[in-house]
Amino acid sequence: MNYVRDVGALTRKDLLLELRARDTLPAMLLFVAAVFVVFHFALPGEPSKLETTGLLWVAILFTALLGLGRAFVPEREQRTLDGLVLAPCDRSAIWLAKSLATLAFLAAAEVVALPLYALFFHHVGGATVAAVLLADLGICAVGTFLGAMAVATRARDLILPLLFLPLAIPIVVGAVGASVVHSPGRYLGFLALYDLLFAVVCWASFEFVVSE
Amino acid sequence: MARTRIPLPVLAVASLVLVTTALAFVFFVAPNDANQGFSQRIFYFHVSIAITAYALFAGAAWKALRHLWKRDPRADLESYVFVHQGVIFGTLVLLTGSIWAKISWGRWWLWSSDQLVLFLVLFLFYCAYFMLRFSVDPGPQRANLSAVYALFGVVLIPVSFAAIRLAKDIIHPVVFTLKGPQFGGWILVTYCIAQVAVPVLAYTLYRLELSSKRLDIRLRDLREVLA
Repeated sequence: MNYVRDVGALTRKDLLLELRARDTLPAMLLFVAAVFVVFHFALPGEPSKLETTGLLWVAILFTALLGLGRAFVPEREQRTLDGLVLAPCDRSAIWLAKSLATLAFLAAAEVVALPLYALFFHHVGGATVAAVLLADLGICAVGTFLGAMAVATRARDLILPLLFLPLAIPIVVGAVGASVVHSPGRYLGFLALYDLLFAVVCWASFEFVVSE
Repeated sequence: MARTRIPLPVLAVASLVLVTTALAFVFFVAPNDANQGFSQRIFYFHVSIAITAYALFAGAAWKALRHLWKRDPRADLESYVFVHQGVIFGTLVLLTGSIWAKISWGRWWLWSSDQLVLFLVLFLFYCAYFMLRFSVDPGPQRANLSAVYALFGVVLIPVSFAAIRLAKDIIHPVVFTLKGPQFGGWILVTYCIAQVAVPVLAYTLYRLELSSKRLDIRLRDLREVLA
């Protein structure tokens, strides 16, 4: 029970910080809208649903990267990560809370992005929404973990996409597959499996990322 | 050194003999392939290099686990050298695969070849390992981050493989029916020799790099003491 309370407190801290500073979410919203406009001009004429679906996933992935890159920035700037690590709670709670906060930002960005996509390009089906939900879990779990690794390096912002994109390829496969085929069950199952597998790995090894 | 290990010169001679034998068998003993003729011979090295690369990545993850779990002080460097050799052999897989694709299908790159695409993903993944490792100062944190990332690799390999298989079904819902290769006679013998030679060569290179890296570190420590 203590663990849940710790995670809750840490998540609330991040959400409150965002509510006051408004750093991340507006940037993500603006970015995803701008990306859609760029796509329109990058694909002249009437792009097919297959093409725009692929682009939707590129947009979601890069928007998520924008948010993930910001996730540990406040901790770095205020040097609060040491405090969090010293706090009498399980270290994995830090990762879980950060992931939940990032998930909230990403989901909020998608609440705007998906209708915008439907307005600009093609309608969004139920399977795509399900894929978005499952993919978000994987993106945030793995991305937050790698974000914590990236802030420990000198390269920081440069290194996160390099670490994240190869690991995100299976997410893209599952998500695009679920969005375009007639029976998306296999792809949604694959996404769920990915989420579960990597969530367990991240949860078990986060301790080593923040401690020496 | 508590463990007794095969001395490096013995390994070097063994890999020289084995690789030479493998080359001789590949070029002079193995018969020409009925369909692809002489050029199919690249298969012997392509496949054994690919399996060796997987083994090297697995070795890196094993050493990473030893670092995190047992706090083995040597494991960090060993894991790094395994990844380094793995990337070298992975690059060779991409090169030989690309040559084979050009000969068989007339194109240097094929997205329909699972093995090639998987190695491209792994190449990107493990190249990022170097970016990560060399932008952290040497010390326990660098060792931890490297180890965790190397462990991610062995989770990523099967997941990516499944993903690449799934991705093909999105457009072409056709199940590939791979006919088992008709192994036998000299083909099997040649393949087995190559399959032994390449891992021995990889292990020799691993030991060589490890000993030179260790020497480097000792030298730097000595210099610090003197300075």
